[in-house]
Amino acid sequence: MKKLSKGARSDLITYAAVILAFIVVSVLKSNGSLNRSQSGLLVPICCYIVMAVSLNLTVGILGDLSLGHAGFMSVGAFTGVITAMSLMNVIPSVWLRLTLAMIVGAFFAAVIGFLIGIPVLRLTGDYLAIVTLAFGEIIKELITCLLVGVDSEGLHIIFNVSGSKTANDLKLLEGGRVIIKGAQGATGTKTIASFTAGFILVMIALVIVQNLIRSRQGRAIMAVRDNRIAAESVGINVTRYKMMAFVTSAALAGAAGALFGLNYSNLAATKFDFNTSILVLVFVVLGGLGNIWGSIIATVVLYILPEALRGFANYRMLIYAIVLIVVMLATNNPVLKTYREELRAKFSRKDKKEAADT
Amino acid sequence: MKKALVLILALTMVFALAAPSAFADGAFKLGSSGPLTGGAAIYGISVMNGIQIAVDEINAMDDGFQFEFMSQDDEADSGDKAINAYNTLMDWGMQVMAGTVTSGSGITVAAQAFDERLFMLTPSGSSVDLIADKDNAFQVCFTDPNQGVASADYFAANFPGAKVAVIYRNDDAYSQGIRDTFVTEAAAKGVEVVYEGTFTDSTSTDFNVQLTAAQGAGADLIFLPIYYTPASVILQQANAMGYAPKFFGVDGMDGILTVEGFDTKLAEGVFLLTPFSADAEDARTQAFVAEYQSRFGEIPNQFAADGYDAAYILKAALQAAGCTPDMSADAICEALIEVMPTISVDGVTGSGMTWSASGEVSKAPMAVVIKDGVYVTPEF
Amino acid sequence: MKFLAYLVSGISLGSIYAIIALGYTMVYGIAKMLNFAHGDVIMIGGYVSFLAAKNLGVPPLVSVLIAMAVCTVLGIVIEALAYRPLRSAPSLAVLITAIGVSYLLQNSALLIWGANPKAYTPVVSGTLQLFDGQLSISYISLLTVACCIVIMVALTLFTGRTKMGKAMRACSEDKGAAQLMGINVNRTISLTFAIGSALAAIAGALLCSFSPALMPTTGSMPGIKAFTAAVFGGIGSIPGAFLGGILLGVIEALARAYISTQLSNSIVFAVLIIVLLVRPAGLLGKYTQEKV
Repeated sequence: MKKLSKGARSDLITYAAVILAFIVVSVLKSNGSLNRSQSGLLVPICCYIVMAVSLNLTVGILGDLSLGHAGFMSVGAFTGVITAMSLMNVIPSVWLRLTLAMIVGAFFAAVIGFLIGIPVLRLTGDYLAIVTLAFGEIIKELITCLLVGVDSEGLHIIFNVSGSKTANDLKLLEGGRVIIKGAQGATGTKTIASFTAGFILVMIALVIVQNLIRSRQGRAIMAVRDNRIAAESVGINVTRYKMMAFVTSAALAGAAGALFGLNYSNLAATKFDFNTSILVLVFVVLGGLGNIWGSIIATVVLYILPEALRGFANYRMLIYAIVLIVVMLATNNPVLKTYREELRAKFSRKDKKEAADT
Repeated sequence: MKKALVLILALTMVFALAAPSAFADGAFKLGSSGPLTGGAAIYGISVMNGIQIAVDEINAMDDGFQFEFMSQDDEADSGDKAINAYNTLMDWGMQVMAGTVTSGSGITVAAQAFDERLFMLTPSGSSVDLIADKDNAFQVCFTDPNQGVASADYFAANFPGAKVAVIYRNDDAYSQGIRDTFVTEAAAKGVEVVYEGTFTDSTSTDFNVQLTAAQGAGADLIFLPIYYTPASVILQQANAMGYAPKFFGVDGMDGILTVEGFDTKLAEGVFLLTPFSADAEDARTQAFVAEYQSRFGEIPNQFAADGYDAAYILKAALQAAGCTPDMSADAICEALIEVMPTISVDGVTGSGMTWSASGEVSKAPMAVVIKDGVYVTPEF
Repeated sequence: MKFLAYLVSGISLGSIYAIIALGYTMVYGIAKMLNFAHGDVIMIGGYVSFLAAKNLGVPPLVSVLIAMAVCTVLGIVIEALAYRPLRSAPSLAVLITAIGVSYLLQNSALLIWGANPKAYTPVVSGTLQLFDGQLSISYISLLTVACCIVIMVALTLFTGRTKMGKAMRACSEDKGAAQLMGINVNRTISLTFAIGSALAAIAGALLCSFSPALMPTTGSMPGIKAFTAAVFGGIGSIPGAFLGGILLGVIEALARAYISTQLSNSIVFAVLIIVLLVRPAGLLGKYTQEKV
């Protein structure tokens, strides 16, 4: 009982901290304390926070290493852009369109997540990892072959497998617009994403993921992670719970993708490649597996880091790499860990006392 | 939580270390963004080097006109990285932009620059979408369709009856763009395309299958609307399998002779349509090539030349419009939009370059053929 | 005849994947970690042998030997500095460190050697013409296949017959027990990295001979493909890596020739997924049913 209340308390602290951060940043933004590059980072940071939180659900809570999370983001981004762009004349309200785009993005990502989950979740460990990587790459290549346009007759979609079709083959009527142009990706998108929308999405993702973790289902998922056989033997339907976590994670990534896609007027499918999946995985691992709060902090810091390093010009990515290695070594090395704990015990009497009590 | 603390600590250290940028008065702030790391870094670095040389030359001139130049890395990304680089430049106070290097990030940045009224002249972003419907965006290089049409014309005129194979990169807007217009135009002009093969960034190491298929289809001319890095692999692999058709490239092919260690015999007889030739006889090009070589130890490719010209074009336009460094970016933008269609600039990528109001450059593409490791004008 | 030509190109591409995959599988089998930096060690190997041949003027074979020496040292240093301190850490932490090392190598190469591609001079040149010139096989393809088979046999013998090899297998089974039996686990793992990195240097020279554009990012995509190949064949299994690599290359070439050049990668990955569904531990991997 005590444990549960502790969990709920930490959830509330997370919500409060995120809301506080939002208020502080909004105030700073409105009184002009943030420069352009800082405020330009807000929406992508929100998207990547949702990506990291949702990937944490797969990797940290479910315990399956996924290397294709960017694939779901891609599905969400492109379906979201198609939705928002094709409804531009029908629904004038930006907020409504943005919401719809995110819902559609989440829906399609969830469907794809379900379809991929059927084969993927039968595997384990590195085999599962490589199959998710494979799906991510397949999604990328398929979207590169996509041509989509809209006119008064509705959506025109060509799947350009032979490579011989161009946007002209969509045969759009007068006033029609091309939404996705093969290799170029979504182009000419009207950017309607905003920081407030990003914040709301982060809150929704947090509510969904934290409630899932604390729920009966969440405990079942973690039981599957910790010991599949034991979980199975007490009657937990392993496939069902694995699928539940996987699809939820995909749906959230899809919503984040839709927001991301609607923040840039041009976005190629190659953006969502293996490297983006790895980037998000780095956020999750550095923040701590299963630690939602850690994912948020790690995302913010690691996303800002390469931007902050711009002053170093050519040495930027080199320093980023070194920071990554050093942080991993510093936080995981058993020698340093013991040393750090000793240090803390020395400085904090309270900790010492507690340690003596237990 | 501990990790978070370590991370935050690292970040603060980084912020503390990052050097503030230098500040100069009375100079136009010229910014550019392009890929300086990652797989496309060669293009971004070449353009930045070219701009840097031009800026240094301009500043050394005794006419009171000064540029202050800053380049930012966008990793050739069309999404967040492009905008982050652009925002960093805007924070620095960029007044005109000689960017971006790649089309993908260019389209993203151009849309934002259009809304904010910043003038941009892209050295090498060749997509039509970059300048379409944006009065503030101009190009130094040819547009993709322009090159596709020019190539098809050249084929129809000079290689009648040739069987053409096209090998292009289908996850790259540049390559796909040229291919699309080329194939349409080729059909209209009676050029026979017998085979089309594609590759992507992740399959750019092996072209044996495409080459075998082209050979099987009887192609005696292979059109390569791609950059020179994969092209050098194609030439090598075609040579290894004993297949020797004519190869024909576009401006992205320029630079193939500068690849260190490349056996120029492989490129013997390769045609390319390029506005820039490092072997050109004119004093301007020779001075540029010599300066580039002494600074960076390499022969400049067309990207460097585009960057070099971009700085000079901007100078000419700024002077023609009577702009002063204390003007705001949007005032400069409006003034430059007015003068761009009226000026004519001589550069290393063409003499008498003029612009249409839509942003497209007008200069003569030059077909060259590689002979004994240098470009020469082809004879028929 | 065309089919044969496609098959040949698939096999030569596949044997490059196979050599890289052998390095992956060695390290994975013993250290139980995915060494994401392996592809970048290949790139370093390519640069070293390129520069040795160009600046020192040594013959290709010597340049490859120099590259092997440099990569061996590099592998041991990386292992000692970045991976050894994390021996008891969760495997994902090591994975992220490996990714960090991969970024580090790529960006160091960019700063040292620049972004302009280097055209690697093939270690052997020339073409074997068969059937009156209807089928041509480059000598580099033959060399790659030969190297690949020799390396596979040598590694199988080494791990099966020698004392060091047996120590490696013992470490792979159970590190703790191996240590109790007097095996120096750290040294064994170092040796594994040394062998894996030396193989990477050979792979680098062959990859660049086959596809001569050498750039800082040269190793990353072949690295991922080879990782796929290693999993395909059953990761940890030496013959598996060989088989996986060859099959991957052949499927890729045939898919490109007969189905779609656009989607060749997707087809390779789709086949991989199907194979893993039928054989969840890869073609030659041991599937161990977990016992309670």
